[in-house]
Amino acid sequence: MTAYQDANGEELHEVRLTVNGTARAARVPARRLLSDCLRHDLRLTGTHVGCEHGVCGACTILLDGAAVRSCLLLAVSVDGTDITTVEGLAGPDGTLSPVQQAFAECHGLQCGYCTPGFLTTITAGLAVTPDPDDEQARDMIGGNLCRCTGYQNILAAVHRAAEITRERAADAGGRS
Amino acid sequence: MSSLFGTRVQRVEDDRLIRGHGAYVDDLGAGALAAAFVRSPHAHARITDIDVSAAQDVPGVVAIYTYEDLTGRLAEPLPLLIPHPALTHGRTPYPLAHGEVNHVGEAVVMVVATDRYAAEDAVDVIDVSYEPLPAVVGIEAARTADNLVHDDVPGNLAANATQEHGDAAAAIAAATHVLELDLEIERSASTPLEGRGVLAEWDEQAGRLRLWTSTQTSTGVRAAVAAKLGLDLSQVDVITPDVGGGFGVKIVHPWPEEVLVPWAARGLGRPVKFTEDRLEHFIASAHERAQLHHVTVGYDDDGRMVGLDVRFWHDNGAYVPYGLIVPIVTSTQLLGPYKPPAYRVEFDSLYTNTVQVTPFRGAGRPHGCFVMERTMDAIAAERGLDRAVVRERNFIQPDEFPYDQGLIFQDGRPLIYDSGDYPALLTKLKDLVGWDAFPAEQAATAAEGRRVGIGLACYVEGTGVGPYEGAHVVVETSGKVKVATGLTTQGQGHQTAFAQLVADELGVPLHDVDVVTGDTRRFGYAVGTFASRAAVMSGSAVTLAARKAKDKALRVAADALEVAAADLEITDGVVHVKGDPDSGIGLGTVAVLSNPLRYAFDEAAAAATQFAGGADLAKPPIAADDEPGIEGRAFFSPLRSTFASGMHAVVVETDPQTAEVTILRYCVVHDCGPLINPLIVEGQIHGGVAQGVGGALYERMAYDETGQLLNASFMDFLMPYASEVPRTLKIDHLETPSPLNPLGIKGAGEAGVIPGAAVLAAAIEDAEGIPIRSMPISPSDLFELRATHGGR
Repeated sequence: MTAYQDANGEELHEVRLTVNGTARAARVPARRLLSDCLRHDLRLTGTHVGCEHGVCGACTILLDGAAVRSCLLLAVSVDGTDITTVEGLAGPDGTLSPVQQAFAECHGLQCGYCTPGFLTTITAGLAVTPDPDDEQARDMIGGNLCRCTGYQNILAAVHRAAEITRERAADAGGRS
Repeated sequence: MSSLFGTRVQRVEDDRLIRGHGAYVDDLGAGALAAAFVRSPHAHARITDIDVSAAQDVPGVVAIYTYEDLTGRLAEPLPLLIPHPALTHGRTPYPLAHGEVNHVGEAVVMVVATDRYAAEDAVDVIDVSYEPLPAVVGIEAARTADNLVHDDVPGNLAANATQEHGDAAAAIAAATHVLELDLEIERSASTPLEGRGVLAEWDEQAGRLRLWTSTQTSTGVRAAVAAKLGLDLSQVDVITPDVGGGFGVKIVHPWPEEVLVPWAARGLGRPVKFTEDRLEHFIASAHERAQLHHVTVGYDDDGRMVGLDVRFWHDNGAYVPYGLIVPIVTSTQLLGPYKPPAYRVEFDSLYTNTVQVTPFRGAGRPHGCFVMERTMDAIAAERGLDRAVVRERNFIQPDEFPYDQGLIFQDGRPLIYDSGDYPALLTKLKDLVGWDAFPAEQAATAAEGRRVGIGLACYVEGTGVGPYEGAHVVVETSGKVKVATGLTTQGQGHQTAFAQLVADELGVPLHDVDVVTGDTRRFGYAVGTFASRAAVMSGSAVTLAARKAKDKALRVAADALEVAAADLEITDGVVHVKGDPDSGIGLGTVAVLSNPLRYAFDEAAAAATQFAGGADLAKPPIAADDEPGIEGRAFFSPLRSTFASGMHAVVVETDPQTAEVTILRYCVVHDCGPLINPLIVEGQIHGGVAQGVGGALYERMAYDETGQLLNASFMDFLMPYASEVPRTLKIDHLETPSPLNPLGIKGAGEAGVIPGAAVLAAAIEDAEGIPIRSMPISPSDLFELRATHGGR
């Protein structure tokens, strides 16, 4: 990493990332949170910050495929990684991902503030547990806070997302 | 075209939100200066010195402000929004502390810097010297008044208020049976996932302020900011972008930050933004808190109330910017679906050195419901009667509406219930939860050594309070319909529900209707989103506005088609002769024809220009009493609030060892009149129930005796996760229309939360055989309660 300085004299470090499939670079102070880097340096404001101490899960992103809390990471610590934010969940043609589609169908969101963290968390969860039962679905979202929905429809969306994934796989299989 | 009213339409707002394309305040204003605040670490102290010298040298600092820098009306206390004759000692904070702080978290110094990191660096090196004063924490300390929160408020008493109908004392004195109860109920706070936020831009050339704020009332903020900054209303635009939840706390306005940030932006000539962090939201916004109640009730052999007297004490925190709304709502809505022939209620609203108390979803109703429902259960227990039977005997009957409770409600209007059917709700609830079969279920589980109990609780909720909301509907020449209403939205799906109403009224496809809320540039008259009022108020207003636009469209189309307007209807965006859908013209074309033009900008517009022919040359292009365009603008102002109702029942199991409470099933019956969108209403109930369960079993703002909030983080404040909400949640609806608005609807936003503490207390009491007089209740509380009741 090469050192630069910002206007206030603070030393900056160059961070290179792959974000939603695109190579991105930012020059940030060592103390810059990854959540701030994504939101304010890369202008990907879909990742939200709800508590800044790793409890609410709103800032969850996929880091090399794993769900992590971007408010608990320093941007300089993830140099060279592959990141997916909520903006990268839909397909290149804009098709909603199964989890996104399920949230819309099941009314899994109200104010939408915690939603990006749920979408990324469930995306990672279904990759590991593609056909969750009720308890597995509850565990999957057990570390994310939502103040609006009471979680009932989010749980329904977990199951529906698994179903959509299977439906799409069957469709793709049928076509090939 | 079939009606969209009553259908489970998927929300139109979801697409942008699930793609990460929402726009909340902190997502806006890239490059704006950032504000951060020095906040009091003391609950009560005099400020003896503020030394900002070290902060001035912090790189990136642009400006530092203390109270001494404030000018004009900004140097005055913030407004007391809802004055009341009983509020004899109303006190509100200054935007920045003026010599004294009255709770931990009160703003003392504002720093503006090039970014938040630099602003917080400066905050860290500002040295404020305090002379600590004794802190008043809790109702007992407040009413004992050995120490005062405000030197000029004797007894810490902000207000004492009484309401009475009939002669409660005489009725109780003459009653066959009398019982007294001491009850305590505490609530926590709204805690939306997005805290407060405000972004301001001052346009020097235009002399105009643009403000984005995470609020429940953009028009309220606009008026307050204009007044505080000495601007004309026309110089201030307030835009409410996407809001990450409100639940009451964001109706408070203006916050200190909401006036300081635009003031700094104007002074510095640069955009300034404040984004509240989670700690700040805990210690510097607003909570609800405790009430202590003493109940005296007289009743007959059958458990019918003959007189009810309630004396209570309400902890209002350090300031009362929102007046007495919470205790007034408690004192009136306490009555629920019941009709005591005589009722007297008196409360003291008391200052403490804690965060100010303002409405949190339910706004005092959960307190009142808890008190009334505990009283019902106590009467049932004393008389040896079924708890449902005692309630039924005290219900207002369906043929008694409108029912006048003889009190004044929170809107200053008589507490008259418009409609409802409480016996029918109770029947539905008993069926849903299996009330009559429960004794057998309880006996069977008891035989297994398990403690299982059932409870029920009833409530009535005044919704759709006035004074008014308005809306504007315009049909563009594309045929698309643009709707604006002034109140704001925080996740309730207003864009969808209002679009359903307009689409139905105008006969256009849902996707052609676009709704904007909370933007004063689009609609300048509004009240706000609180008290479960948005669907009733703005729903009615958009309907009336769409009706006007439709009337105009039919009139213009009737001229063009040379038929009577009464013979026309609109289907799928086409105005046509009834029964002949192929005969018509598109609404977009009607919009073109309604606006005589001199200049053509496209092919459609050419049809409306002055040489296009077809004009009646004996008349002016626009008649004297007419206007161009297909538009409607309307206001809805109801006579009174409309009263929704509901009942909850819950079956719980308590762990004999750990005293943990597990919800086995939770049932809701709910009557908010006809449902515009059942998907959205059920979502509101789900969320409300989760907040009710959280408030009953997990959430509490834990202040110590010095006024420090010990659990000011999501680590320590136990908001429910998915693991804490009911596994089984059953909902059933009754739809009793309201006669007070054109749609017959009632509000639904707060319903789910109101009976939470009441119903869980009842079920735990039933499982444990120990009277539950205080909520919330943690496993530790229950464990200790068992010990004081013979170690059950």
